[in-house]
Amino acid sequence: MDNLKNLVESILAEAKRQGATDAEVDVGTNKGFTVSSRKAEVESVEYHQDKGISLNVYFGKRLGSASLSDFSREAIESAVKAACNIARFTDEDPCSGLAEKELLAFNYPEIELFFPWKISVAEAIKLACECEAIALAKDKRISNSEGAMITTSESYHAYGNSQGFIGLSSATRHEISCVMIAKEKEEMQRDFSYTTACDPDMLRSIKDIANEAVDRTIRRLGAKSLKTCKVPVIFPAEEARGLLGHFVSAIQGGSLYRKSSFLVDHLGKKVFPEHIQIQEHPHLAKALGSAPFDDDGVNTTDNIFIENGILRNYCLSVYSARKLGMKSTGNAGGVHNLSISHSEKDLEALIKTMDKGLLVTEVMGQGINIVTGDYSRGASGFWIEHGKIQYPVDEITIAGNLRDIYARVIEIGNDIDRRGNIHTGSILIEEMTVAGC
Amino acid sequence: MMQPFEIARKNLLDPAGLTDLQLQNVLSHVLGNSIDNADLYFQASYTESWVLEDGIIKGGSYNIDRGVGVRAMSGEKTGFAYSDDIILPALEQAAKAARSISNNDGATPVKAWEMSIEKQLYLPVNPLTSATETEKVALLQKIDKYTRALDSRVIQVNISLAAEFETILVMASDGHLAADVRPLVRLNVSVVMEQNGRREQGYAGGGGRYDYQYFFADDKGFEYAKEAVRQAAVNLEAVDAPAGAMPVVLGPGWPGVLLHEAVGHGLEGDFNRKGTSLYSGQMGKQVASTLCTVVDNGSLPNRRGSLTIDDEGTPTQCTVLIENGILRNYLQDKRNARLMGMKSTGNGRRESYASMPMPRMTNTYLLPGKSKPEEIIASVKKGLYAVNFGGGQVDITSGKFVFSACEAYLIEDGKITKPVKGATLIGNGPEVLSKVSMVGDDLQLDSGIGICGKDGQSVPVGVGQPTLKVDSMTVGGTHHG
Repeated sequence: MDNLKNLVESILAEAKRQGATDAEVDVGTNKGFTVSSRKAEVESVEYHQDKGISLNVYFGKRLGSASLSDFSREAIESAVKAACNIARFTDEDPCSGLAEKELLAFNYPEIELFFPWKISVAEAIKLACECEAIALAKDKRISNSEGAMITTSESYHAYGNSQGFIGLSSATRHEISCVMIAKEKEEMQRDFSYTTACDPDMLRSIKDIANEAVDRTIRRLGAKSLKTCKVPVIFPAEEARGLLGHFVSAIQGGSLYRKSSFLVDHLGKKVFPEHIQIQEHPHLAKALGSAPFDDDGVNTTDNIFIENGILRNYCLSVYSARKLGMKSTGNAGGVHNLSISHSEKDLEALIKTMDKGLLVTEVMGQGINIVTGDYSRGASGFWIEHGKIQYPVDEITIAGNLRDIYARVIEIGNDIDRRGNIHTGSILIEEMTVAGC
Repeated sequence: MMQPFEIARKNLLDPAGLTDLQLQNVLSHVLGNSIDNADLYFQASYTESWVLEDGIIKGGSYNIDRGVGVRAMSGEKTGFAYSDDIILPALEQAAKAARSISNNDGATPVKAWEMSIEKQLYLPVNPLTSATETEKVALLQKIDKYTRALDSRVIQVNISLAAEFETILVMASDGHLAADVRPLVRLNVSVVMEQNGRREQGYAGGGGRYDYQYFFADDKGFEYAKEAVRQAAVNLEAVDAPAGAMPVVLGPGWPGVLLHEAVGHGLEGDFNRKGTSLYSGQMGKQVASTLCTVVDNGSLPNRRGSLTIDDEGTPTQCTVLIENGILRNYLQDKRNARLMGMKSTGNGRRESYASMPMPRMTNTYLLPGKSKPEEIIASVKKGLYAVNFGGGQVDITSGKFVFSACEAYLIEDGKITKPVKGATLIGNGPEVLSKVSMVGDDLQLDSGIGICGKDGQSVPVGVGQPTLKVDSMTVGGTHHG
């Protein structure tokens, strides 16, 4: 870590030497490996060893940027030179520049995110092969496999700027995944399961992952399309995460100052029903979205975005805040462990509340327009009647407008998925258009 | 002008003083009793981008990425490692890691290099230095002024200009030695327009394996600006899209993303070797209507998706994937071709030295038919005419694919009537292609904007098609009834 700190300081000094009035530098390194198996034999071993520097130089209000993977002195000098040269041709931008000193996270917290996995490549290969073997043996309809995969990585990161701030952080991340293929008559279906965490002790067992991959794959067999209809829709926790991800995109400063969001000018307005609260918790130990400071070096805090359904805060960096005439919320680079309030019902209990409706287990494609809120995506899942799953469905689309979708959130489950930066349970939406045959 | 080999040696090997003998030594130590194939991939990539927003040149960035990847193959197994530093000790360490895939001892001499020199599809130029910074910045400002003057409803203009200069050198244990110098430029214009409180966006762009003169020569930027503004204006009038199954007419050019998703991915060699694609075992069988002939052609001069040689050093070619509806070929890299007893089709591509090559598309398109576009539209009583798309996705196992229209119209009684909002179209590859009932004579390729993602690796690609009609596809609108 000291090396990174020294590197950041030397780059900042180099920028000053070349005439920059201000500068900021981000340095990261990442080390680890990925092994994969197929048909329960090792298929590939990949060693990762990445490093990178990205830097901004300011000449007054003019900005130039550069990035490189070579840490040698000559390479750094020439990258700084390239950034300085660019800054001679960019325009004065009144909103440009480093964060105000009082926003910087000089007393950032130490968050426990570094838990190396003491596993050798050979042990990881064995584990991946075992995981896949369990899955392959579980059900006769499993006809093929894309294999199991194990990844582990350790990363170090430093950010510093010429205001005298320098922040260091380190984190680990590990993952086990398994992808299965089932066949019945002419139909082939694929699905997967995975577990990911910064602490290897928090990973689920290979047996769980193998069994879940098989169950998820088998249950898709026999899928048919639906007649076009308007019905309630449940997004299980892992898909609900995407739905909230679009909310985050819509309250990003960048989308707002570009007038490219359906939530422009919505502060203080109702976006969700009254029972919904959405917050972020950047300092949670062992959480994948945690960050002691944001990409501008600004303090991260427990922001409230939605309070009793009302939009209370945008998600702002120093730059986008200035563009909007506001203050940074410590969200340069995004949100950190976003969470949404929930009921005491699990997914099964939510399904029970449905007379007729759709449980969406996969969405496909990029049919989300943040400017207008229009939403239209390919989907597959299960048809529900009388509170029970009836049969798998695919080759359908689900559509609506995110404004209506958010306003019509009926209930959120307690089955919270923490495998990403957004922690949510399953979400039940009052109605969407489902198009099929 | 320097040739690719000279440039590659100068950029990649000379700085660390690496000699052929040293590299042959490294490879021979990778190769051993149970490693049957190995290669080294040297790459240096220089990119820059300039962004104009709110009428000012807001920023620019310059990126250098250099490194070397080492791959060792033993039957179906692969060991892979890389280094960001092109120096002998780092290379030796990566080689040692890669060969650990098998319990390997000793060394096997590699064959003497045989240089392969292909006809270049683009000039080995550095686009970054093909214009001065003053000229680049002036181009963006000129396009910005032009765009804002086109329509008073324009409230936001964002323009970006980017270039990449990439040099690669591949050395394989079979003695194959190849180099390529790949320029790539891109210009994008996106706008937001507002009318009576409603806002819509429009986007257009293009580029290819040229230098910046491509944009200066015939005011390409103005064309993109007009197109972006036209699209946003159309969308300001759009009504809710229909929901349900109906005939769909796809316009020429970029809607060829249909072929990329419905056919291309499913025919990649890795999936077919493993039997995980629904096209597995379908060779020689009817998988599309007889009107469909689909090719993947990496050998078109200057196209964004083109490559003189792929990332394993194999020359690219025009591969017929589907001929009059019959499946003829898969897309292969060396490894999958070898394991399937086939030949590489020059489709072995990788995002960079830090990722492993796999079979990928280049420029994928449907050959023209005999119908006139007007006849095709006139043949539809009630349906959708989709002319522009965002992107798509496919599940190669079930064959389900989607692609999302961002400009579409209703067809009523054989006539194009009102514009409708963007909607996702979903179908099953072979089913949709068997329902292609008319193919136009107006083949177009896209303007040079495609990016394809697979296993987390992005590569530039191209798509194309003539106007065509699918008798029935599910359209994911909100208007039902």
